[in-house]
Amino acid sequence: MNVKALFLALCLPMPALAQGFAGLGTEAEGFSVPQPEPQFNFPTDHGAHNDYRIEWWYLTANLEAADGTPYGLQWTLFRSALAPGAGDGWTAPQLWMGHAAVTTPDNHYVAERLARGGIGQAGVTADPFEAWIDDWALTGDWNTLHMTASAADFAYDMALTAQGPLIFHGEGGYSVKSAAGQASYYYSQPFFAIEGTLQLPEGDVAVTGNAWLDREWSSQPLAENQTGWDWFSLSFDDGNKMMGFRLQQTDGQNFTSATWMTPDGQTTPYTDGALVATPLATNDSDVPVRWRVELPAQGVDVTVAAINENAWMATSVPYWEGPVTVTGSHEGIGYLEMTGYE
Amino acid sequence: MTTTTLHALLSHWWRNPLQLFTLLAGLALATALWSGVQAVNAEARASYDAAAATLGEGQYDRLVRRDGQPMTQETYVALRRAGWLVSPVVQGRLDGVRIIGVEPLTAPGGVGPVSLQEGTDLTSFLTGEGQLFANYEVAEQLAGLNIVVTPDVAPNTAVTDIGVAQRLLSKPDQIDSLIVLRGQPIGRPPLDAIAPKLTLQPAQGGSDIARLTDSFHLNLTAFGLLSFAVGIFIVNGAIGLAFEQRRPVVRTLRALGLPLRRLILLLGAELMLFALIAGVIGVALGYVIAALLLPDVAATLRGLYGADVSGTLQLRPSWWLSGMAIALGGTALAAGGALYQMSQMPLLAAAQPRALAMAAGRRAVLQGIAAAILLMLSGVLMFTATGMIGGFLLLGALLIGAALALPIILDRLLALASRLARSVTAQWFWADTRQQLPGLSLALMALLLAMAANVGVSTMVSSFRLTFTDFLDQRLASELYVRTESDAQTAALITFATPRTDIILPIQSADTEVAGQPTEVYGARDHATYRDNWVFLQQTRDPWGSTFSGQTVLINEQLSRRANLMVGDEITLQDTAFAIAGVYGDYGNPIGQAVIGEEVFATLYPDIAPQNFGLRMDPEAVPDFVDALEAATGIAATQTVNQAGIKAISLAIFERTFTVTTALNILTLAVAGFAILMSLLTLASMRVPQLAPAWAMGMTRQQLGRLELVRAIMLALLTAVVALPLGLALAWALLAVVNVAAFGWKLPMYLFPLDYARMGVFALLAAGLAALWPARRLARTPPADLLKVFSNER
Repeated sequence: MNVKALFLALCLPMPALAQGFAGLGTEAEGFSVPQPEPQFNFPTDHGAHNDYRIEWWYLTANLEAADGTPYGLQWTLFRSALAPGAGDGWTAPQLWMGHAAVTTPDNHYVAERLARGGIGQAGVTADPFEAWIDDWALTGDWNTLHMTASAADFAYDMALTAQGPLIFHGEGGYSVKSAAGQASYYYSQPFFAIEGTLQLPEGDVAVTGNAWLDREWSSQPLAENQTGWDWFSLSFDDGNKMMGFRLQQTDGQNFTSATWMTPDGQTTPYTDGALVATPLATNDSDVPVRWRVELPAQGVDVTVAAINENAWMATSVPYWEGPVTVTGSHEGIGYLEMTGYE
Repeated sequence: MTTTTLHALLSHWWRNPLQLFTLLAGLALATALWSGVQAVNAEARASYDAAAATLGEGQYDRLVRRDGQPMTQETYVALRRAGWLVSPVVQGRLDGVRIIGVEPLTAPGGVGPVSLQEGTDLTSFLTGEGQLFANYEVAEQLAGLNIVVTPDVAPNTAVTDIGVAQRLLSKPDQIDSLIVLRGQPIGRPPLDAIAPKLTLQPAQGGSDIARLTDSFHLNLTAFGLLSFAVGIFIVNGAIGLAFEQRRPVVRTLRALGLPLRRLILLLGAELMLFALIAGVIGVALGYVIAALLLPDVAATLRGLYGADVSGTLQLRPSWWLSGMAIALGGTALAAGGALYQMSQMPLLAAAQPRALAMAAGRRAVLQGIAAAILLMLSGVLMFTATGMIGGFLLLGALLIGAALALPIILDRLLALASRLARSVTAQWFWADTRQQLPGLSLALMALLLAMAANVGVSTMVSSFRLTFTDFLDQRLASELYVRTESDAQTAALITFATPRTDIILPIQSADTEVAGQPTEVYGARDHATYRDNWVFLQQTRDPWGSTFSGQTVLINEQLSRRANLMVGDEITLQDTAFAIAGVYGDYGNPIGQAVIGEEVFATLYPDIAPQNFGLRMDPEAVPDFVDALEAATGIAATQTVNQAGIKAISLAIFERTFTVTTALNILTLAVAGFAILMSLLTLASMRVPQLAPAWAMGMTRQQLGRLELVRAIMLALLTAVVALPLGLALAWALLAVVNVAAFGWKLPMYLFPLDYARMGVFALLAAGLAALWPARRLARTPPADLLKVFSNER
């Protein structure tokens, strides 16, 4: 094996990464652990929390070109710590991984960047807010953000403007992930209007749409018997939004959670069991790309279908992430992420 | 009855422990030979991979500072943040060991070979005390550091994380070079806008060496197959003799009423048990052989036997499997024939040597037909075989055909000798040798194959080495290469270097097409460097003279083959016709190449100004010259390449394999010698009836013993005479058929008569040593035993 193999295996201690998503259930030794009733402090909490093992800045966007073609876009920065603390220089225990993707109805472009913390190649500062890895960056004051990414076959440059307040999932941002009480801090800004240009092999495309930025950090967000998740962020045509996830367990059971958001930012959290997500059809790789999603408390019974079934993220730790259409009791669009299907 | 029979069968071995020993030892040795070759093969691959990986650092473009100084870490981060996908490298020496620091998250695959083992602690590698990857020797040298031993790292090198390397080398925040990854993002700003002090060093063509070594791997694989064939013959010999020895027991058992089927079943089971035991011993022996043969034992063994965490060696399962398969398969193959023969023999067929010889005579006819067919097939294939399969078919037909033909050839030669013999003793000697031939033929076949393999492999390896060194001399002839970045630098270089070097050779080329083939045309300056070092496959009397004077052109083998151009043909460059004065070997180059004189090049391609120069000078003076050049002209050390250093490193790496091959040659001969010893020991007891009359007629036992020794050496000599052409044919098939099929060029074959003579002497020595003990035993046969022959008491 050569460095390539080493470099892949280096991701091993990155919990969200190469141990599979099941690794998220490992012990949080030495790291801080999320506590109920959190008090967030902005803009500080937009920055990195180095005492927690895992953290991400996760942006997805449903876009549309002038001719009506739908596009999906992803910009993600993961932080994974080998040990608590920021550190300095090459010995800093923070590792960073960036994923960028553009999904068209026919193609799916993916790029990945890896970097060590401590030398300035990647990081997140809270004030002024800047999240970056190499030349990929997400900067601004959270009312407006500027976002860039580039790869050998695609690039994008986008401007985002917030149209609503931050949303706190679970109990005020304390999002419970299992019956045993594993939890993370989790808030979102799902109300971004986004516009910009996609540079694709088939040419430049001017696009507009909605973006959804997730912030989550924890040290042991999953229980030991949880192996992956199916995550839905749905934006309905009536202006309401819904976040829901289903955590897969080795015993065949699931743990679900959901947040209902009105256009003015009023939230209703739903605990385990309220949301039901059922796979309806899979793609050639046995990844479910059509779902029935039900939240009876809000009268939701919809079919969620991938715009491009092959939105596979062939990164160090592969997963599926792509734009979806919503039909049924509510119409709309959204994003679907599925992990643990390797 | 089964128990009784088994007891009877096994009791043979209790009474003849020596025969049991020879059987087990023969099987074990064949297995060991096979395993040993596998080990050496794997070692060769590992060392080449390490070499290729180390040299392969040149396969990426690099960014370095123009002044040759290290850059700061900020420069690296600035480039990354501008979108340049680059990976930092820091290098230096620590206690004489080359330390390479890489950044694993950004490094491309294939740079700095690092094996991932269970000993790897990632947290420690990245953030803690640091871990270094190196081979066993380096690990001993740098004993104080946390070293993970791996055979994948080139000799005298340790690879580690960049942060650790910076600390060990006392180069904080310094980076020597940046590897430029392939697949750079779109919209990346130009280098000058980010890091104006840096310059891009283009990738060096690493494919030449890689393709040469590929060719060598293939030939080693063929050697592995050959050793397999030798092994099979030895196993066959051991089993065949074991059956001959026990014919009286079998006769008695069958006369007592034991059913044939059960007898065969029991014999088969017994042999398989022996094969299992011998196989285990053989694999273990192969392990020892590998340990003795290979230079950096522990590191290599790690590579061969898989991960070893606790420090104890473990045999790799595949190794066990292939070793046991050789032992069991070889035994089954050999026993099948012997058991079949037994089932066909008349119940009371006496275990008489003459009967044996007669039976062998019938077999000899079939064997002769098979040999003739195979040799004819190989003759046809020599001229027609083109593909890989054809090449290996040729090898197989040649080897088996020659082995099968050997007893017949020897028999004819001995018959001729006995007709020519004058004295009675000589006549008896030749006749007696002929009679012994069937019993010895398997051992002699093994000797033939061993010697042919030695001749073939030595020729192949030495030809390869000569070709490789010639190739390096040709390609890397100049001691120092300098690349200039402007006309001013070129002028400064010429002014500075002219009085300080033997000659400056400009390297200038233009891309063009010759006969429809993409071709690089080079303009060469008239100098002995070319005359002395370039090797031609085809040439006129003075190819360089006419080329330097502008009348002719030299082309490479690829262009010659693809465009079907020979010496004397004409090609056109820029509407000017040139006659071809020579075709040279250009191993590894994918495209055509043509060389013309410097003046005519300047006329035909006036726009091309040379920016690369080869400087001939005393190799010792190179480092000082580079420093002085930088001080005087500003041409940075990074613009120069000390090719002598690169050449020395690659040659040293190749040298290891040659040493190993030599050791293996001796081992093969030793095994063949053992086969002769076994055969002679076995025959000894059967030969008493033949020898007794000669003794009774007045020959002393010492005389008889001496004749035994002479006989063995004489047979080995005759075998050697057959082995030499066979080995050369083998080498030719490997170099000219298999290699062409695999890589599209022919490796030139060189002959090494002295090596062959030395090998011949070794073979005779092996045969003589093998015969020494049987001959001594014979010379000391109690007269009573000889007398018994006449008293009908045997």
